[in-house]
Amino acid sequence: MKPAPFAYVRPGTLEEALEALAADPGAKVLAGGQSLVPLLSMRLAAPSRLVDINGLPDLDRVRTDADGVRLGALARHADVLADADAGRVQPLLPLALANVAHATIRNRGTTVGSLVHADAAAEMPVVLRLLGGSVDVASVRGRRTIAADDLFAGPLESTLDHDEIAVEAFFPALAAGAGVGFEEIARRHGDYALCGVAALVERDGDRVTVARAGYLSVCDVPTVVDLTPALDDGLDDATLDAAADLALDALEPADDIHATADYRAQLARVLTARVLRAAYDHAGSRRAA
Amino acid sequence: MTTKLFGTKVNRVEDQRFLRGRGRYVDDVLPGPTLHAAVLRSPHAHARIRAIDVDAVLDIEGVHAVWTYDDLTGAMAEPLPLLIPHPTLTHGRTQYALAKDEVNYVGEAIAFVVAEDRYVAEDALSAIVVDYEFLPPVVGIAAARAATNLVHDDVPGNVGARMEQENGDARAAIAAAPHTLTLDLDIERSACMPMEGRGTVARWDPDSARLQVWTSTQTSTGVRAAVAAKLGLDLGQVDVITPDVGGGFGVKINHPWPEELLVPLAARTLGRPVKFTEDRREHFISSAHERAQVQHIEVGYDDEGRILGLDVEFWHDHGAYTPYGLIVPIITSTQLLGPYKPANYRVVFESLYTNTVMVTPYRGAGRPQGCYAMERTMDAIAKDLGKDRTEVRAVNFIQPDEFPYEHGLVFQDGRPLTYDSGDYPASLEKIKKLVGWDEFEQFRAEMAAEGRRVGIGLACYVEGTGVGPYEGAHVHIETSGKVKVATGLTTQGQGHATAFAQIVADELGVRFEDVEVVTGDTRRMPYAVGTFASRAAVMSGSAIHLAAKRAKEKALRIAADALEASVEDLELAEGKVTVRGTDTSIDLGTVAVLSNPLRYAFDEASKAATQFSVGDPGKPPVAEDDEPGLEGKDFYSPERSTFASGMHAVIVETDPLTAEIRILKYAVVHDCGHLINPMIVEGQIHGGVAQGVGGALYERMAYDESGQLLNASFMDFLMPYASEVPESIDIDHLETPSPLNPLGIKGAGEAGVIPSAAVFAAAIEDAEGFPITAMPISPSELFALRKRHAPVVEEVAQRPSRNSSVEEPRDEASRNHPTRSTDR
Repeated sequence: MKPAPFAYVRPGTLEEALEALAADPGAKVLAGGQSLVPLLSMRLAAPSRLVDINGLPDLDRVRTDADGVRLGALARHADVLADADAGRVQPLLPLALANVAHATIRNRGTTVGSLVHADAAAEMPVVLRLLGGSVDVASVRGRRTIAADDLFAGPLESTLDHDEIAVEAFFPALAAGAGVGFEEIARRHGDYALCGVAALVERDGDRVTVARAGYLSVCDVPTVVDLTPALDDGLDDATLDAAADLALDALEPADDIHATADYRAQLARVLTARVLRAAYDHAGSRRAA
Repeated sequence: MTTKLFGTKVNRVEDQRFLRGRGRYVDDVLPGPTLHAAVLRSPHAHARIRAIDVDAVLDIEGVHAVWTYDDLTGAMAEPLPLLIPHPTLTHGRTQYALAKDEVNYVGEAIAFVVAEDRYVAEDALSAIVVDYEFLPPVVGIAAARAATNLVHDDVPGNVGARMEQENGDARAAIAAAPHTLTLDLDIERSACMPMEGRGTVARWDPDSARLQVWTSTQTSTGVRAAVAAKLGLDLGQVDVITPDVGGGFGVKINHPWPEELLVPLAARTLGRPVKFTEDRREHFISSAHERAQVQHIEVGYDDEGRILGLDVEFWHDHGAYTPYGLIVPIITSTQLLGPYKPANYRVVFESLYTNTVMVTPYRGAGRPQGCYAMERTMDAIAKDLGKDRTEVRAVNFIQPDEFPYEHGLVFQDGRPLTYDSGDYPASLEKIKKLVGWDEFEQFRAEMAAEGRRVGIGLACYVEGTGVGPYEGAHVHIETSGKVKVATGLTTQGQGHATAFAQIVADELGVRFEDVEVVTGDTRRMPYAVGTFASRAAVMSGSAIHLAAKRAKEKALRIAADALEASVEDLELAEGKVTVRGTDTSIDLGTVAVLSNPLRYAFDEASKAATQFSVGDPGKPPVAEDDEPGLEGKDFYSPERSTFASGMHAVIVETDPLTAEIRILKYAVVHDCGHLINPMIVEGQIHGGVAQGVGGALYERMAYDESGQLLNASFMDFLMPYASEVPESIDIDHLETPSPLNPLGIKGAGEAGVIPSAAVFAAAIEDAEGFPITAMPISPSELFALRKRHAPVVEEVAQRPSRNSSVEEPRDEASRNHPTRSTDR
């Protein structure tokens, strides 16, 4: 389990990093390394060059204002999880981040890195998509912003070009009257979930005006489903079940060695009801407060 | 024995070092500028090797050697040893150090590269080109039995061995019994997964023509003999040293592994130290697995549930080769009986070849499978008769006054299966109390009122421990009064340096801190067996006790002379020999000085010794039947194994919606005779239970039909984390001493893992109300079983799963309707 030979650069400025990346079509960006390094060690990936961005200034910042939370490319999951301002402005961040792997991995892994790794079994890509966030990317050609809906091209495939580095992610603030929920079921604590669901609910009194849920591990790409129509008549066991039906129409759970598609569908059903109810209650409690 | 430390919770002297990262494992050994080895392993489960092209490797800078089978000569070119032959193992096969002509599992060693570092060595592996001719793989017991394809051309039916033992006439007894039932059970593969994988370092000294080998093993003497034989060296030219070992669990008792021979050979050939450190993927695909069996049980019993006849047939998947003989299935077939005495018992097994990693003992070593068969049978009988599960067990127990109890079978050591002692009714009472057996129905009702579903399970086991043939010890009392102890078996985390020191400190009356224990170094103790089969405490513990007694006898003899007292009047305590009832004493260190007539006054002890005169001036300084030095050496060799026992009970909760399985309570009653150190015993139980939880609820080896292991990493092989094992385990001890050894002890190493599959299957079955016959079980499988057993099938499951799915065609005797009972 030793990587194949690769060149390594650790630039001191973003410009140098972008140039290094642009100069070598076989180069890969190294941030937290929690996905990339195991792939290297198992020789499942053999990039010609690693562009280590850990020496770049200012990219580790978590900046929060009334609009939302901006995470630099080097902000570690643990930093974001511990950031009280970020959690207050967007409570789904800590709810979801607590489920990202284990503490040691969160200490090193970056949230932005997880987003552009585009793993449909990961928590943060689907959270970004559920919240309608975006990612700012830079290259020698300039900068652009990619909306979350346009970020995921396929399994483990983002829409970043090879020469682009994701420098910042934006998670919008939670609107007044809105609530969120997150729950996942994994075989072991900290494992990739067999199924996970994030929910966003907006209420007008007891009426549900917006209900959306994001799914992980039951689809090829991070998937968000609008469940508002199912909850037109309020939120009870029957409408929650209808919401789950609606969600399952959009999902493609698959068999693997840990669970059957049938079981994953059951988890999606159970968790949809649980997190919608949690998000509904959360919205209610925020309004009351 | 007047004891102070024996039986007390002495803190482990090892822990400070281990917890602070100061352990010293094979990979930490660096005897000079060292080369590093890597192994090319077969990517195919079954293939003929047409050609191997290593030309491209020779161009890689930093590569020192690349070997394939054709480079091996003499004994190295012969198959690896079949360690434990057995007359019924008619078709035993072992692999070569490097594959000759054919590979039989994914992971089999094909080529060996030595390079400046492991990176370069792995680069070199990827430059080797092997031309394979694919052969059809045989994966799983069903495919092995069908024998449409053969693993080895010359092994008909893929059957390595067929063995039958019978006590009485089981089939006749079943035919005549008032009640009968049959069960079909299934248990899957798992593996040891020590934190430290395999590893070997070797250094050849050309000037003295000696080889030093450090290896992560459970038997340094075994590896030494193997290396000497394969490399054409005398035993005296080979030292094998076992430093700290990060867990063994059985996989490291199998030996020699190919690398344990290739590394020393490379060190001698290249004239440089060479190291091999197995990585985790290699451990999954090239170290041994265990457990997989399919079992068919027929049983006849009376109205009380007393077993009149038990007829067990099972099929054991031993993988591609049989280096460890039939130990695992023989243990299953004999230890299956547990604490019970069926009037008639017959057992037949076939040990089968498959194109998968070979099977050698893994903690429990066939007992978990036997316990599973027997305990599931007990539960089925109770259900059939409508009796409490504990009552059916109780009527089948061997009673305390029936020991020694002979089963009329032959055990793994080739000796009669005879239990030495035990008290199973007392254990049952304890476990019922500990888990709250009699109060459980009330608890179940309370939980049901909250919409929660719970179940309780119980499983009993008996474990033959302390198998022979022998273990030895050497105890040396230094002139400082400190005591150095050597025993030849190895240590892979059991706390031997603590438990053995307790025994010595008590016997010699010295401070615990003054006793230092060395294990697994052939320079210190060249005759030894190894650490497996829960034998270290019984075998080396007894040997150390005997050796310490000898040292003590000598100390008292010399002290008696020096103090002009009689031996009977002396006592050894606090590092001194004292004339009982007086102030007259002599330090043990001074006695050590007196034991050696060469007495330069280097230190205070020597100066002090000059005031005493010892020995007869008219005789030689060292008498004919004496030796210089204050030492004791002895060996312990019992006539047969000693049988520990215990019972586990678990309460589980199964989620009605998600089928998640939670452990609410886990209770263990454990009887390993006298406890040397209760904390270490409880640690062994905790570790065993954790490993058992893994085996029952999480782990399996997911081979696909082509023989690829799909989960060869800790990401997908679900070894439990601390968060998956019970936060607390309730433990109660019973101490039924063994009459077979001087300390009355029995082994404790494997007990914690034995009942796991049985006890979890029982508890989940109790919670769900339908039979659980295939273990391990995942929430996904439990969910599928619920659908299968639901009174009204709402929707058809989309894909078959192993435990069941609704459209999977099955007959009535299949795994999910395993129990057919008849009443006469």
